[in-house]
Amino acid sequence: MTYALIDGNNFYVSCERVFAPRLVGKPVVVLSSNDGACIARSNEAKDLGVKMAQPWFQVRHLEKTAGLVAVSANHELYGDMSARMMAIEARYAPRQEVYSIDESFLDFDGVRDDLVATGRHMRAAILKETGIPTSVGFGATKTLAKLANNIAKTADRKPGSYPAALAQVCDFSRLAPGELDALLAATDVGAVWGVGRKTTEKLKAGGVHTVLDLMRADIVTLRRQFSVVLEKTLRELKGTSCMALDDAPPTRQQILVSRSFGTPITHVDGILEAVSEFASRAAERLRQQGSVAGAIGVYFMTSPFRSNDRQHSANVTIPLPRPTADTAVLMRAAEMAVRTQFRAGFRYAKAGAILTELQATGHEQGELDLLAAPDEPAAPATPADPRARLMSALDTLNNRFGRDSVRLGSTAVATNGADVAVWATKQERRSPRYTTRWDERPVVRA
Amino acid sequence: MDSPDDFADGAPVGRDGPAAPTVRRTSNAFGTPGTDSTVRRHDLNDVFIRHQDATFMMRAAGDDMHGAGIGDGDTLLVDRALTAQPGNVVIAMVDGELRCRRLERASAGRGRCASMRLVADEPVAPIEIGEDTPLEVWGVVTTVIKSLL
Repeated sequence: MTYALIDGNNFYVSCERVFAPRLVGKPVVVLSSNDGACIARSNEAKDLGVKMAQPWFQVRHLEKTAGLVAVSANHELYGDMSARMMAIEARYAPRQEVYSIDESFLDFDGVRDDLVATGRHMRAAILKETGIPTSVGFGATKTLAKLANNIAKTADRKPGSYPAALAQVCDFSRLAPGELDALLAATDVGAVWGVGRKTTEKLKAGGVHTVLDLMRADIVTLRRQFSVVLEKTLRELKGTSCMALDDAPPTRQQILVSRSFGTPITHVDGILEAVSEFASRAAERLRQQGSVAGAIGVYFMTSPFRSNDRQHSANVTIPLPRPTADTAVLMRAAEMAVRTQFRAGFRYAKAGAILTELQATGHEQGELDLLAAPDEPAAPATPADPRARLMSALDTLNNRFGRDSVRLGSTAVATNGADVAVWATKQERRSPRYTTRWDERPVVRA
Repeated sequence: MDSPDDFADGAPVGRDGPAAPTVRRTSNAFGTPGTDSTVRRHDLNDVFIRHQDATFMMRAAGDDMHGAGIGDGDTLLVDRALTAQPGNVVIAMVDGELRCRRLERASAGRGRCASMRLVADEPVAPIEIGEDTPLEVWGVVTTVIKSLL
């Protein structure tokens, strides 16, 4: 087996930079929907010490002292750029699993090409066609592909951390055993997919610091101390594939449910049915892990392997007015997404729903009131009729994201001469939705 | 889409096309363009967009490129998959900003290779591409859409 994992480097920031080249080279962070926390950081921002998910108020002084630029999450833009990136990746292998908004696994089983060359070609195509820089990792299992990806990215970002030849594209299968061991000895055990923070702490307390330590640890002892998940991870690290495509533990940040259709779907009802089911299954998983989602994304696409078919891929992300795990709300949002994006005359081969901006249930209440539109009645403490809630939710959405109300209570502080307004107050540091709203398409001086 | 009501009036995409093929098929023994999958109504996407995943739409601001038929407010189709050739109208990144200009080969200086520059139709100083200002083409403009109403 050979898997590849491709992901976008600092994906949200990279999306912003495609349309705002002035952000290139600057420290940039993307803030969550309510501008509460940094959910993406450019390398320059990482170098300033901004941590993932760090509250904005803790780092906002860097705006003045270090030129840090903060923008609000622009999920419509990220969703569309993701769709473009995924569609390009899908050209390179017969099977693809879109794992999150910026990551996908490709199944290269049986492909005899030089994988590093293929990886570089794919990376160059994505960069040229979308402007998004990516990292590519190849390995015999999904866990190894993810680790190789991590090394490819780190080698690129921190020269000297790993051999320079592994930067951007790293293929474990091409390494001699000694070389691989050296890499694994230089890699923190916490970098392994599925090894969480608590497990990492426990492992380190037991003397397991690097990936190599983990691979040499006694499996019986591990089994006694940790869950079977870690045992599976260990087997994957040793090259035995335990996870097939579309068979992965859910990520913490996103929940994705997707499927390829046996027979292409041409009618909107078919897509609606599929996507509603995905949204409902994703909502179940969301509630299982005790989370609520701040946004739902929906995508559906034709098959790039049916070269006679006209190609179309749709991808839209709908920010939710308040984080929810309510199936009815999520399904309706998904339906809305399908109805706006569906185009007749295409043979759709794959669809998916993705929940993002997850947070623990209970956290949303305080933010909810802060976010409520001024004219919105106080949020009901108990869920009312879901339909009524949805309607009020959509109204809030329109109020908050609609063209006319966006400027309300906001202060335009800067433009870059190209009509790109940056707002100073909550939520509306958001860049234009360049590729999904006609009135917000990029303006170019001609 | 501005409000959910947009779906109700049937105007947006997705509501046209062969919604009820079986009915049409029985009503016309010869088939209709709507049901025969090999016959397609003109679709501007097919005609003007060669690389769907790499094509972006922009709005031109200014009249510097009128010689290329680009006026203020026109919509530009920009294909990032194409490699810019001399003579192409391109979107380039200049001083952290996107600019629409024509890519042109500058005359070769003595003992130097021909370099490139970005020119406009208006008497605007060309942007010379050299070691100090590397050429960063964002995409190639393939089509100009001009609305007459």
